[in-house]
Amino acid sequence: MVEQKSGSNTIENSDSTHKITARNVNVFYDAKQAINDVSIDVDMENVTAFIGPSGCGKSTFLRTINRMNDTIPSARVEGDIRLDGQNIYDPAMDVVQLRARVGMVFQKPNPFPKSIYDNVAYGPKIHGLAANKGELDIIVERSLQRAGLWGEVKDRLSDSGTALSGGQQQRLCIARAIAVDPEVILMDEPCSALDPIATAKIEELIHELRGKYAIIIVTHNMQQAARVSQRTAFFHLGTLVEFGETSNIFTNPQETRTQDYITGRYG
Amino acid sequence: MNNTIDPTPTDWNSPEMQKRIAKRYASEKRFKLMGLSAVIMSTAFLIFLLITMLGNGFSGFQQTNAKLEIDFPSMTGGASAQSISGDGADAAIRSMDIAGIVAIAVDNQYGDLAKDMDQTLFSSGADRRVAAMLKADPSLVEQKVVLELPADAAIDTAYKGDGLKKAEELTQILDEKGLLTTEFNLSFLTGSDASDPAEAGIWGAFKGSLMTMVITILLAFPVGVLSALYLEEYAPKNRWTDLIEVSINNLAAVPSIIFGLLGLVVFLSWFNMPRSSALVGGLTLALMTMPIIVIAGRNAVKSVPPSIREAALGVGASPVQVVFHHVLPLALPGILTGTIIGMARALGETAPLLLIGMRAFVPAAPSGFSEPSTVLPVQIYLWSDEVSRAFVEKTSAAIIILLLFLMTMNAVAIYLRNRFETRW
Repeated sequence: MVEQKSGSNTIENSDSTHKITARNVNVFYDAKQAINDVSIDVDMENVTAFIGPSGCGKSTFLRTINRMNDTIPSARVEGDIRLDGQNIYDPAMDVVQLRARVGMVFQKPNPFPKSIYDNVAYGPKIHGLAANKGELDIIVERSLQRAGLWGEVKDRLSDSGTALSGGQQQRLCIARAIAVDPEVILMDEPCSALDPIATAKIEELIHELRGKYAIIIVTHNMQQAARVSQRTAFFHLGTLVEFGETSNIFTNPQETRTQDYITGRYG
Repeated sequence: MNNTIDPTPTDWNSPEMQKRIAKRYASEKRFKLMGLSAVIMSTAFLIFLLITMLGNGFSGFQQTNAKLEIDFPSMTGGASAQSISGDGADAAIRSMDIAGIVAIAVDNQYGDLAKDMDQTLFSSGADRRVAAMLKADPSLVEQKVVLELPADAAIDTAYKGDGLKKAEELTQILDEKGLLTTEFNLSFLTGSDASDPAEAGIWGAFKGSLMTMVITILLAFPVGVLSALYLEEYAPKNRWTDLIEVSINNLAAVPSIIFGLLGLVVFLSWFNMPRSSALVGGLTLALMTMPIIVIAGRNAVKSVPPSIREAALGVGASPVQVVFHHVLPLALPGILTGTIIGMARALGETAPLLLIGMRAFVPAAPSGFSEPSTVLPVQIYLWSDEVSRAFVEKTSAAIIILLLFLMTMNAVAIYLRNRFETRW
């Protein structure tokens, strides 16, 4: 990790308007380098898409943002990632709090084998966001509504979350993530296990959520990136090849590698 | 070189192919038959065991009584019901020479018969039975009554068809006179070990087993589960944890008698804990059970899908919350299965308990964890070693009790496991 004077709250070349600023990030799994010198800025009220062929490091990079890579003993992160100017790899950073502020939705829907209600209520409960049952009920209802699931499950909140269909499970996971009122939502290929209809619903949901959060979505599906995102980052072999407005990346890529990928020459 | 693949299509009907298929079917059939015969064989063994035990043990729950006529008024010199009731009843009854009264009554009724046969007629517990009857109904003392009192073990065994020749002759004579009756032997379930088989009961050993198991599970379950959780969820994977894992696996395979020696040295010699107590027995068995629970627990924890951990971490649960809110509840069914196996093994264990002194003759049920006690398997071992024939059925009856205990324990554990089982 790049040595950082703890307490220094700004870095050069970054203006504080960005929600997340990453500078010169390298990630290693033991000796193997998975991410090579990536710098990127993510803004609020924006959807940023990470695209790239399999194994290019986009998921790895995503998982550095809420320090989920901490759970992999061999993973090592170097560089500087800041959330609101605060270095998230600072030893003083509280990882639990970070993950409450930076929510995550995973590739495979992974609801807890508990009731739908408990799935959504779990986060607020452990963070003490609700003073009583009434407040918790309100949080659960609001989260499910925002995730577009309320109408489908309001009569069976005590059913198991695992009994829902794949698309519903994924929306339940999104509801669970937004129930703790995060600022950033990371989505790791949230639609890869879903059928086109469920995918369309999730994409619609991403559109609606955009106004309130900074959303980063990793996807294999370039049409999806084009549909849902405002900015797109193209990763290849652990490096960030190109990053810019989604419309520019898809219509006027600067790099030949980007062009080859989005025109389907490899990937 | 020009190695082209033969383009001829496979002829599935050729003789070689048919032979292959026939061979495959034959091996399938063979395997099925072997499996089936294995199941039949193990079932047959089980049924044989159960039938033998039930056949031998059933009579152990029954007690042969002989009738005895006692003329209380003439023998006590006219004691009144009032004198042996109320507050001082126990003392008053104890001050009566009941043993003497019974002896005289036996002499009056059976005198010649018993002398001819050189055989005691009544169990040594007959006096106590009379005392209990008087306590329950003081008015008896003013009457001439016929009481049914426990017969001597030799007569009891003979009446059940397994006695010595002399006792059987006597039994026949008594039976012809209609003096013998059979009743459910409640005192077997409520009594403790005794040198007279007619008085020996299982309650003392049962209670000892129960108390030993309580100590074992209180110690082995939490320690085992916490070790499993720590080793799986927290401990770094390095040479030390590998060493610990190997040691625990080895510990689970150590012969139980060695744990007995360990308990003898550590708990009795070093810590001076009370010998033959349920406390030391439980501690020793806990040492033995712990590795089994740790191994089962680790496997159960390992089988919790990582996606659940990620999901919990993703909403900001701390590692401890992940473990106690998600991993442990999901692993609990597996942990309980391991615990059942460990506890069943501990319940049936004899050897280590012999070493820490639980083979002592304990004629009263233990009243505390540090009191001398024995356990069911040790009691079975002790009774099977007795000379008197009457102990054969007692041994079988004790085995039935042990098996029932085991089954109840397993049923509870299976119920708990199903309750916590997650439906995915």
